[in-house]
This record gives sequence, structure tokens and C-alpha cells, in this order.
Amino acid sequence: MTPPAFDEIFGTSGSTPRDEFAALGAWLDETPGEELDRRQKAAEAAFRQLGITFAVYGDEDSAERIIPFDIVPRIFTHREWTKLSEGLVQRTEAINAFLRDVYGERKIIADGVVPEALVLGNPQFRGMLDGQKPPHGVFAHICGIDLVRTGPDDFFVLEDNARTPSGVSYMLENREAMLRLCPEIFHRFSVCPVDRYPDALRETLRSVAPRGGSEPVCVVLTPGHFNSAFYEHSFLADTMGIELVEPADLEVDDDIVWMRTIDGRVRVDVIYRRIDDDYIDPLVFKADSMLGVPGLIAAYLAGNVALVNAPGTGIADDKAIYSYMPEIVKYYSGQDAKLPNVETYRCREASALQYTLDNLEKLVVKLVDGSGGYGMLVGPTAAKAQIEEFRAALIAEPHRYIAQPTLALSTVPTLTEQGVAPRHVDFRPFVLTGSKGVHIVPGGLTRVALKEGSLVVNSSQGGGTKDSLILSNVPGQWQSQGFGGQMQGQG
Amino acid sequence: MLSRTAASLYWIGRYVERAEFTARLIEATLRLDALSARPAGKTAWESALLVVGAEAGFAATGAETGQREVSAFLSVAPDNPSSIRSCLDSARWNAKSVRTALTRDAWETINRAWLGLRNISDMGDSRATLAMIERVRAETRGFEGALGRMLRNEAYAFLGLGAAIERADNTARLIDVKYHLLLPEGEIVGGIIDRDQWTTILHTVSANTAYRWLYREELKPWLVADMLICRRELPRSLAGSALEVVGHLAFIGKLLSRQGEADRLARRRLDKLGNTSIDSVFARGLHEYLESFLIENAMIDRAIAAQFKFG
Amino acid sequence: MRLFVRHRSEYSFSQPQARLVQLLRLTPRDHAGQSVVSWWIDVDRDARLKPMRDGYGNQATMLYIDGPIDRITLDVTGEVLTEDRAGMVIGAPEPLPPSYFLQDTPLTKADAAIQAIATADTDGGSGLDRAHLLADTIAEALDHQPTAIAADHDAIACFAAKAADPQGAAHVLIAAARAAGFPARYVAGHVYRPEAIDSHAAHGWAELFIEGYGWIGFDPSEGRCPTDNYIRVAIGLDHREAAPLSGLRTGGGDEALTIDVHVGPEPARD
Repeated sequence: MTPPAFDEIFGTSGSTPRDEFAALGAWLDETPGEELDRRQKAAEAAFRQLGITFAVYGDEDSAERIIPFDIVPRIFTHREWTKLSEGLVQRTEAINAFLRDVYGERKIIADGVVPEALVLGNPQFRGMLDGQKPPHGVFAHICGIDLVRTGPDDFFVLEDNARTPSGVSYMLENREAMLRLCPEIFHRFSVCPVDRYPDALRETLRSVAPRGGSEPVCVVLTPGHFNSAFYEHSFLADTMGIELVEPADLEVDDDIVWMRTIDGRVRVDVIYRRIDDDYIDPLVFKADSMLGVPGLIAAYLAGNVALVNAPGTGIADDKAIYSYMPEIVKYYSGQDAKLPNVETYRCREASALQYTLDNLEKLVVKLVDGSGGYGMLVGPTAAKAQIEEFRAALIAEPHRYIAQPTLALSTVPTLTEQGVAPRHVDFRPFVLTGSKGVHIVPGGLTRVALKEGSLVVNSSQGGGTKDSLILSNVPGQWQSQGFGGQMQGQG
Repeated sequence: MLSRTAASLYWIGRYVERAEFTARLIEATLRLDALSARPAGKTAWESALLVVGAEAGFAATGAETGQREVSAFLSVAPDNPSSIRSCLDSARWNAKSVRTALTRDAWETINRAWLGLRNISDMGDSRATLAMIERVRAETRGFEGALGRMLRNEAYAFLGLGAAIERADNTARLIDVKYHLLLPEGEIVGGIIDRDQWTTILHTVSANTAYRWLYREELKPWLVADMLICRRELPRSLAGSALEVVGHLAFIGKLLSRQGEADRLARRRLDKLGNTSIDSVFARGLHEYLESFLIENAMIDRAIAAQFKFG
Repeated sequence: MRLFVRHRSEYSFSQPQARLVQLLRLTPRDHAGQSVVSWWIDVDRDARLKPMRDGYGNQATMLYIDGPIDRITLDVTGEVLTEDRAGMVIGAPEPLPPSYFLQDTPLTKADAAIQAIATADTDGGSGLDRAHLLADTIAEALDHQPTAIAADHDAIACFAAKAADPQGAAHVLIAAARAAGFPARYVAGHVYRPEAIDSHAAHGWAELFIEGYGWIGFDPSEGRCPTDNYIRVAIGLDHREAAPLSGLRTGGGDEALTIDVHVGPEPARD
């Protein structure tokens, strides 16, 4: 049985919206269900036409699937966002400090804060790149920090995504759809714009160029159009106005990266790569891979190109390391973590394993190296057989698992077949780190578990997305968006 | 622009043009078939296979040379690399990888044309075939329309360049086959079958009306040849295509402030065509002339690939 | 001992290649018992060579060649002074702590059979004794072959076949040592065999970290610890990470690679 959840709009009361969101309650009351449904379908049709599709593993028709979009937006007050973003800045700075340290002096290990074996024995730690010094000292330029909420002021970090986090195109496209289909919401609330994200990302890329002086050449590197996130890759390249390249478009010569254009070779300074570490350079990582750019790591180690994110950042978002993040944050910032972790049992430890085995039906169990909701047990809703499957797996390979209590994830009103009803959500803001520091565009990706009572928000497991509105403390800020800019805001 | 992007755009231009040409060829052959006595009907479909160089591929299927079989082979056979479907497959594959260089319009017409043929294996009788072909042509016309609305940038130039190179190739093949291989032994130039053949050719390059405008005479084979080879006013003529190739290359050259082998070859070909009279072509031998034109066209294609580093 | 090395790799391609990019791990570094007097890499055509240092402390070289290339010869010649240190590695660059070398790789995974041999002799004995015992057991268990029997030299396959080339034997020892709790790593290098000065292959063996002693070399294919006949060139978690050549070419066709190695007290003739 899931404990009663906190609803972000209606609080725990049930029917009266919190004061800040009264206007949303009114909007929901005024807009008939059929009208909401019509708009939602219009948004999804537009996504399908744009080709915002994703692939589900093992699904043949995956190219035609879109992630369901929910028309009822989620809203954060300005105060909530300010608090969140302070925590995000602190966390991201700690992630970068940790990466500089573990690929450098390893003081945090020497000081006994994080066990050496957990870092150095981790396949995500790239020993071959030990001593690497990325340009301007930035390792994780783009982090997608997954947050969950259980109460008015209770936010927890569920996962740090510091490799190649995806989903930012939904943040932008969802907002576009809302502006077009529900403009009246932006009259009732003064919302911070998200359409600055591509500019902010481009600035981040430019800021870490290793060569000073001339205008740096930045590119987005995609595995190709068969990749499930290709739409996002092309969308980002397009909105930043930079080239979208495939590995075959790049060549390394004399430790310098070039892209092949109709006008000859052009030197590349910054690569926003959306290819996993294993596949970026067949000379260094997977030798049997035909993907990748031979010599890329040599060019990077020679300091001639910036890789965004740097190779080897996976050690910072590993689920085993995750459980040490509060200590890691404290170690580098000197302060307590502003955003707490979800309590985590490391099954590699005997007592934690025992506790997990004793409480399987209450816990969420995750593979340390799993993602996308695969290899995950949600105890309270799982069938007996599945619980036993996990019990056997845990006993066989305890070091591969962590367990967490089942959280009463917050809910947000969501359009369902039975009308508007509460559904559980999580939140992924995107944190940018350049040479001049951390920048967060106020917004993010809200994922919603569309099934009643479900806590699994992953798109591959029946999750959808919502627009996430961050209220501005500047009245009328919404007008900077689209045609609205010609009118006076009411804010 | 990335070399790969330019190569993809160039090949989208070529494949869509090839698909459209094949569609017109089927349409015109259906016409010819309907006009002719039965034995000539078979000849009509043989000639269609010859024009697109698919006679060996078709023979390998073991099917009879009839309307239903040949039109299916030319339009939807997955094992025919130059069938309309294969062309649209390749065009769409390229288009997917360069989505951001294409307009949404252009992408959607390619995608729709591809979807239209996706699950079809039999073209049915001539009426059904005609209806199907009409749909493909509507989409490819839509593609031309979408190109017309594109920014006049490198992307536009590479798409157009591919289409013009392909068009030059297709028209030359068409004239060659129709003129030399089809005219039955002993048939006089200007006879009934001959006239039907020429009408078919004009139909294939949509130039029936153009012929009347340019010559104001009844159909005469050497005038048709003159129009299809020497008249720049006709976009599908060899001279018209050559002019377009030069234009697109010059446009790209200006953007990059540099020129190369492809520019030189293309300009030389256009100059030569400007000094060519149809009489001199016939004096030299039409077939020989067209053969060397095809070789020259292939050289320009290779020079383009080398100059813009398509490899 | 003064050892002269010549390592010649000749590539030939059935079709000319447009470009060639190679990562070469062909250069030894100094440590106690190994002092590099001279070392040269020669390429028989215009090439760009860039030095590179990887995270293991290996001295690598990036090689870039423009095509068309139909054949190419890489010649490595050098002179090294060695001393017998009973396999102990002292004063080598060690950027990474030993615990890093506890993780397995696809080539060095242990199955139940390897685990069994790794844990069979835990009753007593110092770490050093146990390591020697393990190395000896594996040396004896395998039928040693000069070249690989299968394309892969992974530990499980070699141990199951009870036969291995030097790389394979090293992988078996590494897998077993890690299963027994010893950090272990692969070493690529050269060995002087008085009976076979001009062998055709580069050599490889294992190093185990033993508390109180540090890294010690074990050559299971020769059934001994490295002596002053050995030259250490590169290390890694397995052979793939320490391979002398990893490369990628741009162009179709097949390639043929012949490697010719001379190691001895006299320079190679020719």
C-alpha cells in the first residue's frame, strides 16, 4: 500500500488548491475535459509530425512511438525553484570537484570519505585517462539531476546523470506546445522562459574551448539517425546553429580534430558528444567498435579539443557512488548538502543486504548499472514471483544492487481517461557548467507515471511528460515569449 | 556545410529525380502499350526496361514481359535497386540523416511518397497502375514545390545539382534507347509506330506542349532529338540540364569563393552543347554522341564527389 | 645485460588506404633494473608522430599517415640496459594505486574452474608464497604454444583448453590472481631467448601486487619471474589495453600484418 501522497497543487487537503496555484485550479474548473483532451491530442499530433520519437528496446515499431504528453502543467513557485537551484548548483559543483579529484590527487580517498575500491574498482572509472585535465577543469558540463518530492519542502535527489543526459528537447517542445495550445495559462501566471536554453548551452560550449582568441568551432556529435535520441541531437544542433556531425565526419590528424566540409577541413574546438565513452575512440576503448573517431582521445589528452561531457564522468553518477554524495558534497563545499539523497542501502554491505532481503516488499531495488527503469523492483506493487526473482539475484550478486525505501512521490493533476486525477511525478532540471560557473535555465523535464498509483515514470515503461512552469518573481515575464511579447502582461 | 550533408542532399536530388523519371516512363509506356497492337505492346515494356538498364535484373525474376510484371518491377520491386520504391527508400534514408538541412515540407513529401509505396507488391491492371503512378508523381511534384520554397542556400544547390545530373543521364538514356533500339527493322522513320514512340518520349519528359511551342510543326524525329539535346529552353533537355548543373556549381563556388574540376568540366560541356547542331550529332552518329555524353556526365558526377569530399 | 631490440611491423593492404591512424605502445620507460639507452621509431614514409602519455604511465605514440597507402613498415630499434631484480618492479611510474587492477575485463574474467584454482591454496603461506604457487600451478596446467590457438586469448577459453600462447597464459594468471585477491595486470614487452633471437612475436606476461613487496612479474609461459632478459614496454588490465599497435584505417580491402622481433645482446643485422 502506497502511503497518501502530497499533491503539488492541492497539497494534502485534496480539493482546494494551494494559494499560489488558485489560478490553475480555476483553469482546470473552467476548461472542459473534452477541450483538454482535444488540446492534448493536438500536441501529440504535432510531436509525431516533428518526429519527436523514441525507441523502446525490443520494440520493432519503436520509430513511430512518441512519449505521451500531458496537457496539465506542473508548477513550481519562485521560492521553491530558488531553493532547488541552490541545491543543484552545490551538487553539480561537488560532482565536478569530485571528478577533478578522482582523476587527480584522489584526496577524498586518502581522507577516507569514499572507499578506494568503490572508485578505482568501478568500471566507470577510466584508468586509461587517469590524470586527465579537461579544458578549464570542467568534467560534467551538462548534468540532468533527477529529483523527487514528498512534501512541500521535501525534495530528494534520486539520480545524478553526468554522462550524456537526454530529455532537454522535451522541456523546450513541451513549452512550445503549451504556449500554442494553452496561452491563457501564461496570462494567469508569470512564467520564466525556457527558450534561452540553446543559447545558454552554446555559451557553455564556447566557454570551454581550449584555444583562446578566435571564434571556437563547436559541434554536436551523434551516433546517427538510427539512435533513439537523434531527434534531440538534431534539435539541439539546429537551435544552437552549429553542425550536427557523425563520427565519419570527423578526423584526427596531428592530435587535432577536423571536420570534413565542402570547403575543406575545419578545425573543431568543442565536441558536445552524445555517444557513450565506450564508442568515442576505437583506439582507446572498445577496439571492436566501428563507431567512433580514431585518435579523439589523443587529441583530447593533448588539450586540443574539449569533450562535453568529459570521458569518464560516469564514475560520478554511478549508483554505488550516489550513496556517498552527501559526504562528497560536504567534503568539497564544506556545507551540508542542500538537496538530500534518498536513503540508500548498499547491498554490497552485509547488513544492508540483510535488511533489503527482509524488506523486499517495501523497497525499491535497482541495478547499480541499470537505467531506463530496467532491472528495477518496486516492492509494494511487484508480484510475488518478481520479488523472489530479485531475492535470488540479490543473493547471487549483491554488489550489483542498491535498495531504497519506496517514497510517497508527490502527485500532480493529470488528464486521464476518467478526467483529471493525481499522478506521481519526478523532475529533471538541466544544469550547465562552463568555465565561468554554473547556470540553470529555470525549467526541466517532468516525467509522470500515467498508470494510477504507478511510481515508474520512465518513458519506456508507460511514463509521459509535462511542461514544468517555474513562476517568475518579475511580473509579466511571460511576454518575452512568442507573439505574446507584443502585449502587456497581467502577472 | 559538412561533406556528408552535401553528399546526402545531392543524392536525395538524384534519387527523387530518378523515381520521378521512372514514374513518367511507366506512364508513357502504358500509353504506348494501349496505342499499339499486342506484339508491339511487349516491345513497349522491353524498351522501358532498356531505358533504365533493368533488362538483366528483370530477366532474372523469370517473369513474363507484360504490363503488370514490368510495371511492378519498375515501381515497387525491392530487389530492383532502381525501382521507384528503392529510390524513395534511399532518398528517405538520406533525408533522415540531414533532416535539419531540409525543410519540413521537403521531408514530408519524401516521407509520404515512401509511405504510399511501402506495402504494395502488385501494381494491378493498367488503370490501377496509372492511379498509383499518379500518386507518386503528385508527391514528387510536391517535392519540387517544396524545393522552390527553400532558401537559396547550399542545401538547395546540392539538391538541384543532383537532380540536374540525374536528369541529364535519364534523358540521354531515353533518347538512345528509343532512337536506336526500338525502331523496328525496316520501319520508316515517320511511320505510325515511330510517331507513337516519339509521342511517348515527349510524354516521358513532359514536353508535348513544349514541342508545339518551339517548332509549331508536326512531330519530326530530328526535331524531337534537336529539342531534347540542344534546346536550353527545355529543362529536361541535355542542354537544359547542363545549364542547370553549371548554375548550381557557380552558386556554390561563389559561396565558397573557390572553383574546381567539376566547374571546369561542367562549363566545358555547356559550351560544347552551345555549339552543337543536331545535324552534326546525326553526322557523327546519335548513339555514339549519347554514349560519350553519358560518360562525360558520369565524369562530372565523380568530379563533384571529389571536389566536395563526398567520400 | 645490454639488450638490443628491433621490432618491425609491416602492413600491406589489398586496396590503397586513404588514411591511417595508429596508437603505438612501443616505447619502454626507465625504472630500477631497466634503463633505456636509445630508442627510435622509424616509419618508411612521411608520417606525423605525436607522443602521448596514458593514465597507466605508458609512453605511447600517435601515428598519422595520409594516403594512398598500400604498405607501410614501422621499425622500432633500441638499446636497453637491464638487471635481474627477481621480477620486482621498482621505480616504475605508477599513477594508479594497485586496487585499480582488481577489476576484470572480458579477456580476464574468471569462471568456476579458474576460481577453484585461485582459492585452492589459501591455507597458510605468505602472499609471496601464494603468488608463486599460483603462477607455478598455472604454468604447469597449460600446454604452452608460441601462437594463439583461437582468435581470442581470453582466460576462460585458454584455461578450458589447457593450452595458451604467452598472452593467453598471462590472462589466465591475471584472472586467477584477481580472484585470489591480488591486484594483477598485463605487461607487454620483449624477452631475449638465446635459442631464438629472431622470434616473430612480441612477448607478454603478468604482474601481481604483493603486500610488502610491490609489483612482481610472473611469466607463466616460461614458468619463471622476469630476469634481465626481459624488457617491460607497456601495462594494462589485459593485453588489449597494452597492445603494441591499435589502429584504424580508412579504406576497404584486407590487411596483412607481419611482425618480426629481434632481441639479443647484439644489434639486429640487415
